[in-house]
Amino acid sequence: MKIIHCPVNGPRPLQEFYFGGQFRAVPTSEQEDAMTDAEWSDYAFNRDGSPGIQKEWWYHTPSGTWFIAERDIVTDVFVRTYLFDQADQESGNDG
Amino acid sequence: MPYRLLKFGLSSEYSEPRMFPVQGDLRDAYDVVIIGGGGHGLAAAHYLATEFGITNVAVLEKGYLGRGGTGRNTAIVRSNYLTPQGASFYQASVELFQDLSRQLDLNLFYSERGHFTLAHSPASLRTQRWRAEVNKQLGIDSELITPEEVRKMVPEIDLQCGGHQPPIHGALYHPPGAIARHDAVAWGYARRAGEAGVEIHQQTAVTDIEVRDGAVCGVHTNKGFIKTEKVLSAVAGWTTEITQMVGLRTPLVIHPLQAMVTEPLKPWLDKIVVSASLHLYVSQSSRGELVAGASLDPYELISMRSSLDFAEGTAGHLIDLFPMLGDVKVLRQWAGLCDMTPDFSPIMGTTPIRGFYLDAGWGTWGFKATPISGLTMAHTLATGRDHELIEPFNVSRFSDFQLVGEKGAASVGH
Repeated sequence: MKIIHCPVNGPRPLQEFYFGGQFRAVPTSEQEDAMTDAEWSDYAFNRDGSPGIQKEWWYHTPSGTWFIAERDIVTDVFVRTYLFDQADQESGNDG
Repeated sequence: MPYRLLKFGLSSEYSEPRMFPVQGDLRDAYDVVIIGGGGHGLAAAHYLATEFGITNVAVLEKGYLGRGGTGRNTAIVRSNYLTPQGASFYQASVELFQDLSRQLDLNLFYSERGHFTLAHSPASLRTQRWRAEVNKQLGIDSELITPEEVRKMVPEIDLQCGGHQPPIHGALYHPPGAIARHDAVAWGYARRAGEAGVEIHQQTAVTDIEVRDGAVCGVHTNKGFIKTEKVLSAVAGWTTEITQMVGLRTPLVIHPLQAMVTEPLKPWLDKIVVSASLHLYVSQSSRGELVAGASLDPYELISMRSSLDFAEGTAGHLIDLFPMLGDVKVLRQWAGLCDMTPDFSPIMGTTPIRGFYLDAGWGTWGFKATPISGLTMAHTLATGRDHELIEPFNVSRFSDFQLVGEKGAASVGH
């Protein structure tokens, strides 16, 4: 059974988790107003999806914890898991 | 061909020609380079040569023919999709499939079985009715049937699902639903394409694509550089690697999808049974094995590993529907890669990069589309304009907010 390290609850089985997709910085309302249709559709639909380490959202269902994982999407190795903070929002989408 | 078989048996030498010729070195330039030697790429090569007279074509395959999704799907062919765009496209594919053994002069074991999509709730029944009505409008043989009718055609089924799952409320029945020998589809196309002059290079990996001023001008491979102005990417689960080479952003994300076969049994199931709620589809192959597939793995992964979770879950659901399979053993399991789009429709045709064509987003619906995607992509490569059947599937639908929500796709939770 695959074990994932929840930053709040420690190592827990995969079945307790929900995958929330790639991490992307949410545009602020000022950024939103300045976005063109093309930029908006790129944000809404396009993903990186290529092999390598990906920064993504995961959710620990029993405790209701959303957190961020850095995971290699080819080898399925979790490099790091941690709680979201402002630095993630500011680091943009290149995580 | 019993006479040919007799002659072959009595001949002291191996008298059959090779399925496809051994290729020499790559040439310096080709009119079209197709990346991916699966069913789709080989079908496109075949139709380019036979329908459009373009034979200076190379198919590059990094492994062996049919290594990817082509040989890993559960070989189901059907056209009872939900959107008019999707249903007409897959219907054209089914029509090509029905005559394909003769066209390719190779027995594809194309076997029409009848395809049931079981509904375990009134809401699901409503979606099935919606699909049936869309299908009928397009002349596709598809209807809603009652649980009793399901039991008449599949007497082994437990309509109550042993009390472990919600009972069966009815089903969408699609008589032309079929299964075929998926490897043979790729081999048949490869042989015909090879005869027409197409070069098929296995063990040839594309390492980069040269783009200058927004147009493709060549392809780097592990066997050297090739000049070409037209590249078709037909690599399904590996598409995100290719699109990265040309700097094209798409919504594609890769999930594995697992499947398994049981030990061979005497023939008892001559239908294809699908349950979206149980994430299960099952048919019996001509060898007697039950072929069962499941839902996508629940998170992104570019790996063809198998998991015990899958085997347990799928075996459990198989027993919910067919309790007498409790003692049957699983023979083997495997996984394939699915390049998923947010609307469950493929991404096909021209792209913003001149000379770069995409045949991707094949998620869980690629095998059944093999002939029609080959034909329409060949048309698109030859003319430079999207074939009308695939216009709705162009990658521009995302920037135009014109998605084609295909909820009739297999193994998609809906």
